[in-house]
Amino acid sequence: MKNNDRKKSLLQYKIKYATSSIIKYITLIFGAAIAIIPILVIFLSSIKTKKDYDTGGVLSLPTSVTFQHYIDAFTKGDMFTGFKNTFFILIVVLTAKIILGAAAAYVLHRFRFKGKVFIMTAFLVATFIPGIVNNIIIYQIISSIGLFNTLGSVMLLGIGTDVISMYIFLQFLDSIPVSLDESAMLDGASYFTIFRTIIFPLLKPAIATVGILQGVGLYNDFYTPYLYMPDPGLSTIATALYRFKGPNGSDWQIIAAGVMIIIIPTLIIFLALQKHIYNGIQGSVK
Amino acid sequence: MFNKLSYEAQKRIIIVLFTIIPIAMLATFTYYPLVRMIEYSFTNWDGLATNIKFVGLKNYITVFTNPDYFKVFGVSLYYLIATFVQLALALYFATILSFNVRFKNFFKGVLFFPYLLNGVAIAFIFQYFFQVNGTLDTVLKFVGLGAHTQLWLGNPKIINISLAAVSVWRYMGGNFIIFLGTIQAIDPQIYEAAEIDGANRFQQFINIILPNLKRIISLNLILALSGAFSAFEIPFIMTNGANGSKTFVMEALEVAFQYQKVGLACAMGIILLLICIFVTVLQKGLLVSED
Repeated sequence: MKNNDRKKSLLQYKIKYATSSIIKYITLIFGAAIAIIPILVIFLSSIKTKKDYDTGGVLSLPTSVTFQHYIDAFTKGDMFTGFKNTFFILIVVLTAKIILGAAAAYVLHRFRFKGKVFIMTAFLVATFIPGIVNNIIIYQIISSIGLFNTLGSVMLLGIGTDVISMYIFLQFLDSIPVSLDESAMLDGASYFTIFRTIIFPLLKPAIATVGILQGVGLYNDFYTPYLYMPDPGLSTIATALYRFKGPNGSDWQIIAAGVMIIIIPTLIIFLALQKHIYNGIQGSVK
Repeated sequence: MFNKLSYEAQKRIIIVLFTIIPIAMLATFTYYPLVRMIEYSFTNWDGLATNIKFVGLKNYITVFTNPDYFKVFGVSLYYLIATFVQLALALYFATILSFNVRFKNFFKGVLFFPYLLNGVAIAFIFQYFFQVNGTLDTVLKFVGLGAHTQLWLGNPKIINISLAAVSVWRYMGGNFIIFLGTIQAIDPQIYEAAEIDGANRFQQFINIILPNLKRIISLNLILALSGAFSAFEIPFIMTNGANGSKTFVMEALEVAFQYQKVGLACAMGIILLLICIFVTVLQKGLLVSED
């Protein structure tokens, strides 16, 4: 008797486990599909020939593949200018953010001084202030210092409105033992030397995190370049794509190609640096 | 030369040197605008005129009583609800994927990737998606639900649902990864002990995962709720506020830059800030009372 009962409950357990397992995978596949399909359709549209596109439906596979739309999008959309400007902005802003963020974090982590709590609170509160409406006033500031319609405006704002980077460094400094500083001090090294030769090199993982996360953010930034750099010669890739659509509104194949052109670098970075990105996001929340 | 100074002197110099720029930036681009916005919100400044008149709370009252402005709060409601959906989905997927699942990294990557995408790209992808006979309509027809196609962006009654859904699509990945990280940091031995005690997966979720996640969920909730009220980029690019999809921030910026009512716009900005503060305080209050 007991054996039969045991077999029955084992079977029940297995059925329950299998059902929940099936539900699990179905929801995962459904979720993945929702994530992929919108992008996949755009990708297909971008590589289909005009004939395939006009005759087939949105989900149909191409009979032959063409990259003409990509070439058109890149040239007509002035994407080279976009990439060039975005690249400059990235280099300048990321370098500044990393150096300034690491330096400020070093001082705030290693030293005790009057006003430290005040400064840290000021930074903390700033993270909760929604930044986008500040543009109403910042617009005045940028205009009055003559930076409107220059790359400088976006660069300055990129550096000036970021508080997260410093926090990432601050948190990472917890794992760099003060004993390293102390033994250097026994050798008579100045604080500056300690920062330059010991602390900064050890911050490499944090630097990578800041670089990647802030880099992605800057790459994707639309409103700031839109508001402060109306000059088409100063387009970033975000504004270049946006402006491209206006006159080409109904030619979805070219627009699709433009979209893919913007997405592909992101995809590459993601695939290459997945772990870093995950760690960065999880770490910065702490 | 720096090396010859005493550590005391060095300390003073380096503190100033290393913090002065970040502090100056913070003051200029975060706090100064804040102060000015509060100031201007009580005036009727139009951004150009030199005679600014103090009008007290008139701007604030306008926002809450004039239906043209007030209706953006209604729009925010859609994003608010979407936020809860977003967090629930993030929590669900994070929980599932923290246990043994095949192709875990694939699912993890796919669910997260939209979070990294450029806003303009997402806006265009979904304009195509919601078009008549676009992606969504085609998929519905494909699975036999063709009768249910709608004017996803053309119908004012559902346009906000469509746009809020895009927001969920975009941002769920971020919450998901954060939750996943927190869950994975829980000591696996606790699960083993619970399984031995006969707890099933759901019970494990309620009693092990949830308590550990409380702080993180609360933080994500604050950020997501403030984000819901700050919704701007996607609706701006996709519909530019047409068909009743104008969000609060869109309205504020439009009022400031197109209608030149800087005072009114600043009032809206301050209201947004107050909402964010309110949400934060509410969160903290709820959290404390639960402990």
